[in-house]
Amino acid sequence: MKHYSAFAIAREALRGHTGWERAWRKATPKKKYDVVIVGAGGHGLATAYYLGKNHGIKNVAIIEKGWLGGGNTGRNTTIIRSNYLQDPSAAIYEKARSLYETLSQDLNYNIMFSPRGVLMLAQTEHEARGYKRTAHANALQGVDTEFVSPERVKELCPIIELSGPRYPVLGALWQARAGTARHDAVAWGYARACSDMGMDIIQKCEVTGVRSDNGQVSGVETSQGSIDCDKLCIVVAGHSGHLAEMAGFRLPVESVALQAMVSEPIKPCMDVVVMANTVHGYMSQSDKGEMVIGGGADGYNNYTQRGSFHHIEETVRALIETFPMISRLKMLRQWGGIVDMTGDRSPIISTTPLGNCFINCGWGTGGFKAIPGSGWATAEMVAKGEPGPLAAEFGLNRFREGRFIDESVAAGVAH
Amino acid sequence: MLILSCPYCGVAADETELHPGGEGHLVRHGPGSSDDEFESYLFLRRNPRGVHVERWRHVHGCGKWFHAARDTMTMEVIGTYPAQVSEPPSEILNALGARSA
Repeated sequence: MKHYSAFAIAREALRGHTGWERAWRKATPKKKYDVVIVGAGGHGLATAYYLGKNHGIKNVAIIEKGWLGGGNTGRNTTIIRSNYLQDPSAAIYEKARSLYETLSQDLNYNIMFSPRGVLMLAQTEHEARGYKRTAHANALQGVDTEFVSPERVKELCPIIELSGPRYPVLGALWQARAGTARHDAVAWGYARACSDMGMDIIQKCEVTGVRSDNGQVSGVETSQGSIDCDKLCIVVAGHSGHLAEMAGFRLPVESVALQAMVSEPIKPCMDVVVMANTVHGYMSQSDKGEMVIGGGADGYNNYTQRGSFHHIEETVRALIETFPMISRLKMLRQWGGIVDMTGDRSPIISTTPLGNCFINCGWGTGGFKAIPGSGWATAEMVAKGEPGPLAAEFGLNRFREGRFIDESVAAGVAH
Repeated sequence: MLILSCPYCGVAADETELHPGGEGHLVRHGPGSSDDEFESYLFLRRNPRGVHVERWRHVHGCGKWFHAARDTMTMEVIGTYPAQVSEPPSEILNALGARSA
């Protein structure tokens, strides 16, 4: 792999950009791998990367039904934060956030991490109390957040309307080290690094069956033939239930549509991310100037990657109350992703009833921010055969045993 | 927009008039059940790619709960029927049979 650098750009500028090579190799499946990862989104690629980097396991294939990073990795609103209430969540999201800080250098690929800060608005007394509690919990967890006044909110984000008719801003939970990153670049950067380690990334390869032998996974059937493996890791977000069914178990997961949209590009007007959970909307401005807007998830099962139209209206209505200046913005694009929701709105990083088959799913509406931490924890589990400290609390058996990591109450809708 | 016909009042209701209630025909397990049964009842879901039999409430209408059979890949509604049954009625099952045949 050729190193990306300022010198490389200068060199290629002088010779007409003829020396750039493909970021990752095109691969066809081998007969057998040590580890097969299903799903070449952020979480799957990060798992593969840390398997190679941290555990020296490089005979790995990442197989993908569609194209690399074309699922929720390419459909989210790119927010990165770690201001969670519960200890296990704070640990893994903070690990992810801290890895994001140096990920561009680590991967030699510019993921455009922008630690611009995230404001989570408190617009009811109840929410204000909740966020003060989260700020105290974060202080104990070593996550740097604070509860700030409405005046400070206005300083940080001048376009905000503090005294809206329905939901005045009573303060906000502020995480200055939180921010955004270029979502596609995260997938591309990990893919390039994985390919460089000799791993095979196989796109347009759909898994059609999971083979097992005496309760141990032995391989997968795919649209590009049969592939043997010692270990299998399922990292397919919304389609986890479908893969689990092939592997012979059920999941506490339901798949629903979550929508986002972007406006036409405008001049820079906000340099923080604002989340308004009471009114179901969040917004940031991309480097191109588009306002990136996300809203609430649908309430019913759906695999169509299209959400309900009325949710768009609800989201926009809420955001216009909070940001009156966007009322005449035109929306350029709107899209949906299929998110896998668990009962406690926390992810699953777990061994499964099938031996040597592992699963990483249930990130629901908030997976992008967790990608490096999730990959780190999942790689450790796959390499050692059992979850390490970061993943231990996120096991499948927590539902059966009643040990929830209840972020549905803590985080409200925008997770 | 998703439109379901309420089997009680006959209204073809927009989804904004309805509230989703999750998978239908779950077998309720309570005190005395095994851990497996209880976990299955509370948490484990079919989450199918295809026909999903689910519960809805006509919350801004007659207020009653009912069932709907809907395809999660195409959003096609196969039919709706009342809540007081433990499995889909024969016309829904026939429609499902005709689809898979």
